[in-house]
Amino acid sequence: MTSLTIIGIYLVILLLLGVSSNRLFRGTSLDYMLASHSIGPFLLLMSLFGTTMTSFSLVGSTGKSYAVGIGVYGLMASSSALLHPLCFFMIGLKVWRLGKTHGYSTQIEYFKDRLDSQRIGWVLFPVVVGFVIPYVLIGILGAGGTINAVTQGVFPEAFASSGGGIPAWLGSLVICGVVLTYVFFGGMRGTAWANAFQTTVFMALGVITFFVLVKGVGGKEGFLESMQAASSAVAPGKLSREAMPHRIYFAFLLVPFSIGMFPHIFQHWLTARDANAFKLPIVVHPLFVMIVWAPCVLIGTWASAASVGIPDTLPSAAILGFLVNKHSGEVLSGLLTAGILAAIMSSLDSQFLCLGTMFTRDILGRRGGDEKKSIFYARLFVVAIVAVCYGLALLASTAKNVSIFNLGIWCFSAFSALFPVIVAALYWRGLTKAGTYASIITTAAVWIALLRDADWGNNTHYSFLGQHQIVTLVAASTIALIGVSLMTKRPSESTLAKFFPDHHRD
Amino acid sequence: MRSIVWPLLALLVILHHDFWFWNDPTLVAGWFPIGLMYHVGLSIVAAAFWLFAVKCAWPTELVDEQPSPVNAGDSAEAPQA
Repeated sequence: MTSLTIIGIYLVILLLLGVSSNRLFRGTSLDYMLASHSIGPFLLLMSLFGTTMTSFSLVGSTGKSYAVGIGVYGLMASSSALLHPLCFFMIGLKVWRLGKTHGYSTQIEYFKDRLDSQRIGWVLFPVVVGFVIPYVLIGILGAGGTINAVTQGVFPEAFASSGGGIPAWLGSLVICGVVLTYVFFGGMRGTAWANAFQTTVFMALGVITFFVLVKGVGGKEGFLESMQAASSAVAPGKLSREAMPHRIYFAFLLVPFSIGMFPHIFQHWLTARDANAFKLPIVVHPLFVMIVWAPCVLIGTWASAASVGIPDTLPSAAILGFLVNKHSGEVLSGLLTAGILAAIMSSLDSQFLCLGTMFTRDILGRRGGDEKKSIFYARLFVVAIVAVCYGLALLASTAKNVSIFNLGIWCFSAFSALFPVIVAALYWRGLTKAGTYASIITTAAVWIALLRDADWGNNTHYSFLGQHQIVTLVAASTIALIGVSLMTKRPSESTLAKFFPDHHRD
Repeated sequence: MRSIVWPLLALLVILHHDFWFWNDPTLVAGWFPIGLMYHVGLSIVAAAFWLFAVKCAWPTELVDEQPSPVNAGDSAEAPQA
C-alpha cells in the first residue's frame, strides 16, 4: 500500500505541474504545439533526454545485462552517447532554424516545402504514424504492467483475477489519463516541464537504487567490498562480450540514428528559444546516458551470479523489481516504480502531443486562421489519439502471437532506415521528390516483408543474409533514395535557393 | 580546429568497437569490469568531444542569431514556485 501511495502522490504532482503550466499559456496554436519557441537550454536538455529514454533504460537495461552481461552498455548506451548529440548538432540545429524561419510545426510541413510536393504527406504520414504507434503501445502496456506488478496482493478481493494487484488495463488507463491531462492543458510547455521533472526523478532514483542494492547484492559491510564481492561472483563470460557477435554489435550502431526521424524529437527541436539552447543538450546528453545506464548494467550483471538467487523463471523485465523488493523496503519500491513510470510518461507525452499536432496540421491542414479553433482541434486530436492508442493497447495485450515489445525494436529499425531521408533533405541538393517517395515506400515494404519473415517479430534472432534487419533496412532505403534521385528531376531552382542559401553561387 | 572535429568523431566511432577488450573479464580495482569501464570512459570522452565541437565547429550563422523579440525575456526555463 505504501508503494501505491507514493505512486499516487507522484501522479498528483505531475498533474499539478501540467495544469499550473497552463497559467503561462499564450492562447496561440504556436504556443500549444511549440511553446512559442521559448524553451531554453535546461528544459531542452531534459525534454530531449526524457523523450529518448524509455522504461528500457532502467528495467530493460538491467534485464538485458542479466542475460548477456556488461556488453549491453556498449551495445546501446555508449553508441547513443556518441551519436545522439550528432543528430542534435547536424539535424536538430538545422531543423530548428528552418522551422523558425518558415513556420514549420511538423516534419511533413518541412518535407512538403523542401520537395515541392504537397502530396508527400500522403506517404510519409501513414508510415511515420504507423511506426510511432507501436512505440506508444509499449509505453502504455509497460505502465499498466508495472503498476500491476508493484500492487500484487494489495487488493486480494477487488482484483482477485489480476493477482490482487491493480489490473494492467486500469493502470494503463490512469497513466493515459494523467498524461492526457497535462498535455491537454499544458501543451508543449506543460510537456517540457513534466519531462524535466520526470527526467530528474528517474535519474535520481536510478542512482539511489544502485547505492541501496550494492550492499544487498554484494552482502558485505563496506560499499567497495560489496561491489568487489558482487563482481567476483559473476561468471567471466558476463564480464566481457564473448557471447556477443561482432556483426550485431556493429549493426546496433545504426539504432541511435533513429531519433533523427522521430516526429516527436523533431517537434522538440522546433521548441528551442535560440541556437545556443542546443549546446547544453549536445554536451551533457552523453553524461546523462552514462548516469542512467552504467548503474543499471552493473546491477543486472551482478544479478546474474548464482549467489544472488534470481529464480530461473523470472522474466528479464522483472529483475530490477525483484532485487528492490528483496533488498529494500516498500518505500524504495514505490519510488523506483515512480521512476519507471516517469521514464515511460516522459516519452508518451511527447508522442501524444506530436501525433495530435500532426493530425491538426498535416491532415486537417490548419495553418493560421482562427487560433482558438486550431487549439481546439489540436486538443481534440490529442484526446482522440490517447483514446485510440489506449484501445489498441488493450487489443495488443490480448494478442497471443505478436510480441509488441519485439515490434518496438523493429520500429526503431524503421526510423533508422528513414534517417537518410532527413540527412539528404538537409544536405543534398540532388534529393528529389521521387527519390524520397522511393526511399519511404522501400522502407515500409522491406520492413513488412522482413517482419513477416521474422514471424511478426517473435523470432528474436532473425537475420537476413546474415545481417540484423536494421542493416538491410538502412541499405535498401539508402539505395532507393540515391538511385531514384539521380535518375529524376530535382526541385525547382527557387526551392533549392530557399533551402540552400549559397545555391545561386554554385 | 574545425577541420579535426569530424575525423575525431570518426575515430571515436572506431574506438567504440573495442575488439581488444572483447573477451577480457579483468576487474579493475576488483569490481569494475574493464570492458564496461572503457565504455563509461568513452561516454565521458564523448561529452568532452561534443564540448570541443560546440566550441570549435559551431555553425557561425546560427551563433549570430538573436532570440526573436516576442520571446526574449520570456523563457519557459522553470515553473514558478
